[in-house]
Amino acid sequence: MRRAPKSEGKQVLPVSRRRFVQGVAAGGALAVLEGTGWPVYGEPAPHDPPTLTGQDFDLTIDSLPVNFTGRRASAVAVNGTVPGPVLRWREGDSVTLAVTNRLKETTSIHWHGVRVPADMDGVPGLSFRGIAPGETFHYRFPVKQSGTYWYHSHSMFQEQTGLMGALIIEPRGKDPVESDREYVVMLSDWTDANPGTVYSNLKQQSDYYNYHRQTAPGFLAEAKKNGFWRTISDRSAWARMDMSPADIADVSGAIYTYLLNGSSPNANWTGLFRPGERVRLRFINASSMTFFDVRIPGLKMTVVQADGNDIEPVTVDEFRMGVAETYDVVVSPQDAGAYTIFAQSEDRSGYARGTLASSAGRSAVIPPMDPRPQRTMADMGMGNMKGMKAGDMPGMDMGGMNMSGIDGMTAKEMPTSSGDKANQPGMAGMDMGPKTANHDMDAMPEMEMGSNSGTTTFPQPGPATMPIMAMAGTGNDEAKLKASSPVHLHIGPQVDNVAMGVSERLHDPGAGLSGNGRRVLTYADLRARYSGVDGRPPTREIELHLSGNMSRYIWGFNGQKFSGAEPIVLKLGERVRFVLVNDTMMEHPIHLHGLWSELENGHGAFNPYKHTLIVKPAERLSYLISADTPGRWAFHCHLLYHMEAGMFRTVVVQP
Amino acid sequence: MSTLQKLDCQLAWTRLASLSCAIAIAALPFGCAPARAQMSMPQPEGKAVATSQPLGPAMMGDRVFAHILLDQFEGRTGVSGSQLRWDGEGWIGTDMNRIWLKSEGFSDKARVSDGDHEVLYDRPIPRMRYFDAQVGVRADLDSDPARVWAALGIEGMAPYFFQFAPTLYIRNDGNVAGRLTGSYDLLLSQRWIVQPEAELNFYSKDDPGRRIGSGLSDLDAGVRLRYEVRRKFGPYIGFAYNGTYRNTASYSRQAGESTSSRRFVFGLRLWY
Repeated sequence: MRRAPKSEGKQVLPVSRRRFVQGVAAGGALAVLEGTGWPVYGEPAPHDPPTLTGQDFDLTIDSLPVNFTGRRASAVAVNGTVPGPVLRWREGDSVTLAVTNRLKETTSIHWHGVRVPADMDGVPGLSFRGIAPGETFHYRFPVKQSGTYWYHSHSMFQEQTGLMGALIIEPRGKDPVESDREYVVMLSDWTDANPGTVYSNLKQQSDYYNYHRQTAPGFLAEAKKNGFWRTISDRSAWARMDMSPADIADVSGAIYTYLLNGSSPNANWTGLFRPGERVRLRFINASSMTFFDVRIPGLKMTVVQADGNDIEPVTVDEFRMGVAETYDVVVSPQDAGAYTIFAQSEDRSGYARGTLASSAGRSAVIPPMDPRPQRTMADMGMGNMKGMKAGDMPGMDMGGMNMSGIDGMTAKEMPTSSGDKANQPGMAGMDMGPKTANHDMDAMPEMEMGSNSGTTTFPQPGPATMPIMAMAGTGNDEAKLKASSPVHLHIGPQVDNVAMGVSERLHDPGAGLSGNGRRVLTYADLRARYSGVDGRPPTREIELHLSGNMSRYIWGFNGQKFSGAEPIVLKLGERVRFVLVNDTMMEHPIHLHGLWSELENGHGAFNPYKHTLIVKPAERLSYLISADTPGRWAFHCHLLYHMEAGMFRTVVVQP
Repeated sequence: MSTLQKLDCQLAWTRLASLSCAIAIAALPFGCAPARAQMSMPQPEGKAVATSQPLGPAMMGDRVFAHILLDQFEGRTGVSGSQLRWDGEGWIGTDMNRIWLKSEGFSDKARVSDGDHEVLYDRPIPRMRYFDAQVGVRADLDSDPARVWAALGIEGMAPYFFQFAPTLYIRNDGNVAGRLTGSYDLLLSQRWIVQPEAELNFYSKDDPGRRIGSGLSDLDAGVRLRYEVRRKFGPYIGFAYNGTYRNTASYSRQAGESTSSRRFVFGLRLWY
């Protein structure tokens, strides 16, 4: 374990790799590149994982000695590389993946964001039993979507120890995103420490890896800056709750080395370009616990895809990636030279770094990290509370209070929901034949889709898809919504905070990104390129509060961790609104397996399809789900140790 | 058997008892196999499993953990002599159910004193964020006559990050004792930490055998400055005050001991 949290120190550590690193110099590869002409997608740098294409894949999972930090450690590799090979599938193909386990423990591979039959989803205990040591499991499923995704283990902490890889699915038709060259940019967080120990340490001391806690001398500095009494008042507001505004990330650069395509910052992964080219970068946040803020100083980035779904291009300077999210961006460097791909962790305890260069060996300046963000009382859900002292809240019994009602706002009136209404005119008259048996939603709150043939699995929105069903635009559809049963959340061992005032934060780029002088992507910017395929309004609303007790390191939904909770049951064919309310002071990337999460961000029929959604502290966020694939699906926070600590539910789609 | 021999014998016995208690705590983490059970499901055959088939749930959120914390492991030295002080605790269990072991005491050339060893069942208190209820047994095992108590207390973090643990003890002879411990970590930097700490003991009855009087019996308080080389390894220096009061002070005076001592301390804070 590294002793000091000095991220800068890492750059001078000698990095040598075994087996999957054939050499450090990129020059050799360039020669090859120049000789063979430019391929469609970027030739891998010498230490890049290989790319596998086709329909049949043999993947072997085994342990692998690695050295990312200057010290030897053991990783879990796929086909001998960390990250594992890039898999390239084609939309419309049926793929077979024979996964062989050479570990001494059970393993699994989950295809993150890919809509597969439930038994192919790769979650031990839900979709299958896991892959026992020595066993080969055959995944077989049709590929019905395209875009940038990734795969990772869903067993124990294998994801933290390297079992991950990029998954690219080429569209059947012409890719609407035009580029001359493309690279996968996979970000991850590596630690030499045993993840089981990391988790155990967090249980005993939740700020174990936080070396940015408030200090007494820091008080003096703050007092000088903000005034003595204000500093006293600020600090005591937090201290009364036994919470810290410095609580940004649970696991930090104190033990993490942030990797870009498996390369540490000093190993400097490099992707080559020719001036004037359009370079597509497929960013994947494959880390276990780290939110990354990504930018390429000197280049504008045009975001063209989010979580595998094409969006209306939006040009930004910077974007935040929650764990497990993907963003495709296009950059067009006009001049020869080098540009740093800079991905700093949200807590500014370190960064991943790579380079786009017009020739090998070039590199650009690494920018300094931004100031560390601090949590605010707004993050505690206290921003809207007037005349109330923050410290009075923890003891308050919130039983029976509907949180969403506090600002006098109901789900119906939420800006995020208004998009549904907005899309009604557009949807009118687009009724698609047999799916019209929904005039009386009250009589059929859990309606079946397609009266004779069971259900329809909705396709991914694309240039050829049409909205399958639309409501007759009566305008009172929302009134027929079956509201969620109220969530009674109490302060307790599993709940250290109940946000009093929650709000929509879709326009907020996130902690530490507001007002930094850069155009930063927000969730409000995400507008789907193609209309959503399920035009029905939801018939039911399910409200879930993200809850936890940081100090005890217990996480869950509605004040219950996984082991104490019942599954969420959806009826096959049901259209449901999930409302997430974050009562904790951290962001949580919430991932639902098997079904798309259509974020209600005000774009109506063009609300973006996602598989992982960041919910900010004290945020209320909603999305729609078409429960079109039966089975038992995992629904969880994608922060690995939060998931292990209980922030996990089973969603059952019942035929 | 001479008094001296008797004392020696008793000393050996109490040392042994203290040692075994310490070993028991130290062995905690090793005795606990990871409780994350492997799913005992049939082997995969590479084909579809019906979704209706009951499969075992993952064990998320219900693992067993174990930790030990030796908060004070120190030498104390001053005009009233030198002594060894230990104060540690360990636990094993899940989020909601834990077994705690606590052990503390003093040792010098002649005797072990204030040897207090507890085994407690611990559970978070509903509707409270950071406090656990603890119930169990306390055994006073040292050079003085042994005592066994029932123990009932709470332990946790009070507002403003104060670690706070009041405990009530009851003996079958009707003696009731109370203990109050508190501490606070003041961060000078991310690694330099000042920890003021205090422990007070109260008794309802005199116990001449252990030279303990009723009322406030003793106070042990200190300030320690530690450097966390790592979280789990923090050498420290500090100052400790130990005082006896009321009847306990009388017993001390009768035994020719001072009723208060101020000592320089140096030691290690360790956890596993």
